[in-house]
Amino acid sequence: MDVHNKTIAQLSQGLKAGDFSSAELTKHYLDRINTSELNAFITVTDELAMEQARAADDKIIKGNAGILTGIPYAHKDIFCTNGVKTSAGSKMLDNFISPYDATVSHKLNQADLVMLGKANMDEFAMGSSNENSYYGDVKNPWNVSKIPGGSSGGSAAAVAGRLAPFATGTDTGGSIRQPASLCGITGLKPTYGRVSRYGMIAYASSLDQAGPMTQTAEDAALVLNVMAGFDEKDSTSANRDVEDYTENLNDSIKGLTIGLPKEFFSEGLDDEVANQVMAAVKEFESMGAIVKEISLPNSAYAIPTYYIVAPCECSSNLSRLDGVRYGYRCDDPKNLDDLYLRSRSEGFGEEVKRRIMIGAYALSAGYYDAYYLKAQKVRHLISDDFKKAFKQVDVIMGPVSPTTAFDLGSVKDPVSMYLADIYTLSANLAGLPGMSIPAGFSQNLPVGLQLIGDYWSESKLLNIAHQFQQQTDWHTQTPGDKS
Amino acid sequence: MEWETVIGLEIHAQLSTKSKIFSAAATQYGAEPNTQACAVDLGLPGVLPVLNVEAVNKAIKFGLAINAHINQRNVFDRKNYFYPDLPKGYQISQLDWPIVGEGEIDITLGGDTKTIGITRAHLEEDAGKSIHDLYNDYTAVDLNRAGTPLLEIVSDPDMRSAKEAVAYAKKIHTLVQYIGICDGNMQEGSFRCDANVSIRPMGQEKLGTRAELKNINSFKFLERAINLEVERQQDILEEGGEVAQETRLYDAVKHETRSMRSKEEANDYRYFPDPDLLPVEISDELLDKIRAELPELPMEKKARFIAEFGLSEYDADVLTSQKYLADYFETLLQVNQSQAKLCANWVMGELSASLNKNQIEIQDSPVSAQQLSLLITRISDNTVSGKIAKDVFKAMWDGEGSADDIIKSKGLKQMTDTGEIEAIVDEIIANNAPQVEQFKSGNEKILGFFVGQAMQATQGKANPKLLNEMLRSKLG
Repeated sequence: MDVHNKTIAQLSQGLKAGDFSSAELTKHYLDRINTSELNAFITVTDELAMEQARAADDKIIKGNAGILTGIPYAHKDIFCTNGVKTSAGSKMLDNFISPYDATVSHKLNQADLVMLGKANMDEFAMGSSNENSYYGDVKNPWNVSKIPGGSSGGSAAAVAGRLAPFATGTDTGGSIRQPASLCGITGLKPTYGRVSRYGMIAYASSLDQAGPMTQTAEDAALVLNVMAGFDEKDSTSANRDVEDYTENLNDSIKGLTIGLPKEFFSEGLDDEVANQVMAAVKEFESMGAIVKEISLPNSAYAIPTYYIVAPCECSSNLSRLDGVRYGYRCDDPKNLDDLYLRSRSEGFGEEVKRRIMIGAYALSAGYYDAYYLKAQKVRHLISDDFKKAFKQVDVIMGPVSPTTAFDLGSVKDPVSMYLADIYTLSANLAGLPGMSIPAGFSQNLPVGLQLIGDYWSESKLLNIAHQFQQQTDWHTQTPGDKS
Repeated sequence: MEWETVIGLEIHAQLSTKSKIFSAAATQYGAEPNTQACAVDLGLPGVLPVLNVEAVNKAIKFGLAINAHINQRNVFDRKNYFYPDLPKGYQISQLDWPIVGEGEIDITLGGDTKTIGITRAHLEEDAGKSIHDLYNDYTAVDLNRAGTPLLEIVSDPDMRSAKEAVAYAKKIHTLVQYIGICDGNMQEGSFRCDANVSIRPMGQEKLGTRAELKNINSFKFLERAINLEVERQQDILEEGGEVAQETRLYDAVKHETRSMRSKEEANDYRYFPDPDLLPVEISDELLDKIRAELPELPMEKKARFIAEFGLSEYDADVLTSQKYLADYFETLLQVNQSQAKLCANWVMGELSASLNKNQIEIQDSPVSAQQLSLLITRISDNTVSGKIAKDVFKAMWDGEGSADDIIKSKGLKQMTDTGEIEAIVDEIIANNAPQVEQFKSGNEKILGFFVGQAMQATQGKANPKLLNEMLRSKLG
């Protein structure tokens, strides 16, 4: 078995046993990255990685290593990293070397992890195919003519392509779960407020949440243990103890009640995807779970609601990118207005500009009540649907994405692209935790199963996913070395 | 036509917290440019605001001091606009749910008391400073001030003259210093006023179109700017024109206001609740705690000065018009309990005159309250007369030492020895027979001549009371 197919849990054992050093492991992944055609990274931090690996090896030799000491990873380029370019996939920040670490970056450093580089992504996390990156498309390791999903497309491709044992991701409307599904890996979006947003470049503040992208649920638990926690620098982070997310992985799921929202299995869902999802549900039944049909009646409004709330917030969040203090500035501005207009017109990509304009419009005097305020009301209704549902069931299951990965360049209409997130948006609007786990293939492309849990039920979700992965081997299949 | 002026004020009081409202950077005035701006103040990608609880507590303090309703759930909003000294491209402020709701404050003008309504007061962050004249072709930006906590206090349009507006502004200025939430320094911009001014025909209910006057940094300029604006609007209306709703900048040097931007040019600020900050929840316990900590307010202090020390309404008003003035007065009273009127006269007379003449604030007075207190003791124990005490004060002001040192070194101790005074009086009577005659024939005024002669002979040190009694008995 190639070392790059090992899980974090296995690598951790190998490091402790002295089967290989972190430096060797890191070098191995760096070599794979440097010969990869996936375009999964914006920046590869070779030297820093080797330095961190050697420091980790020292700790391992001295016997004061933690569980994750010396494990390499890919860091989504939305997290600020001190001294390292942090671009958020945008020309706007192509010259931005962050002078500080995001809380997540800091925590990963504290755990002696080794950053291989900064993963490619849709510009400012806006996109579902990773075709909106200033740094070019990311390719799906299972078929390089396909999209990897987005916005954490580089992270998903890096893990699926075995360029990193795990990656960080962020999920505003499905940006962890959808690429995880399309690349056949495990992705967890925690409850809003579980992971600090400090230093994570904001797209839509009330929806953004960071999480792990891994091969297995067990690995996701190990990484979440490091990422999660209250941060006084983020007022929206929850002042709530962090559990050991590995603790309940082996609990029995007998008697687990699974809710299948009928709205998630309607028109627009690819038949083969539906079949794989139902087969996975059957598997749970055979493990002793009980399945119930439920209804989330307002889920039809998730797309329009999301596409008001997120653009409104982003139109304001991205105002600081004005060409004045850092980032892209146009040549020879004639005056202040010209500086703003051209820096922003030239620095932002099409999709980002589209969302800024939608948001600025929806917040304008005279439209605010009809759009923003209305969307907030609908958001409450969507949350209420889930609250009712979780009185009847322990977990909600369904598809992550209506289709498998589509061809690069094939979806040109933005609204069609927005439909790719139809099943993932609701969890963000409600602030609930969600997961994508590998659940089969359709025409050699991975299909993911989505789990949505009640607030703060990460431990439960990981337990359910882990139990499934004890019975199935979808998550161990790899695209091979053809990438 | 007779016009009525209608004025409402928006006062920005900088809250005297150590750190900024949403970051840990210091707020101290006058530091090197951009040395007090951290990642949050610079608006770097990814940074988040964290509310400084001290700013909230100070805002609550103000609300309680004006008997306002405190919104125990209040919300921060983003006010979006682009400007180089606004790093995030939005200012965090409060729109629909300000921390302080309706309240009121009384002003006194020419003996009449009037209640001015306060619409609201909300928390917000200050912007940085753009400096346009430092470099050719460039504007320099200093972000030290960015994120400094402000309390914007919005009055009802209740004032009817520039004088009323000034009285109100001064009242708020006094109050914020009393309760220790703002240093009130207008030169440094800690206390700034914008005035909304309109006029209407006397008796008409509907308000006229208003202009907002900005950039006013003293009470004197506030009065001038409003009067100037009222004249301008009258001229327009009386010539049959229409006042435009606009923002006007007051230029103190040219003594004029000029248009800054019209209503049409005004930004659409696209306000919405800041998703990075949770709504502020204020518990009953916190309100009670802050209420209990509230110091004596100017009105309460005034009432106490009248009741406790028997001061006149006027004296009590003047002495409580500034916190430091009242503090100074009360320090004098600590050792001169029975001499309230004497202390009041000294603070309002000699001390205030010297401070005004030298343009010194009372808190920077070269003669401290403790020092003046000793001099007052020397007046009341007859060591020096009130007149001599003024010379002693002058020497103290010039740094020549304590009251006792000066009295001793200059030999200013009052002459209270009856024998000594008697010898001098006898000599004066003997040498001035014609004046003695005049007195005896009923010219009472001539007594002053003898007092003058005696004072001259004693360099003013004779105890005036003793001297008077002795002259009368000898001449009588």
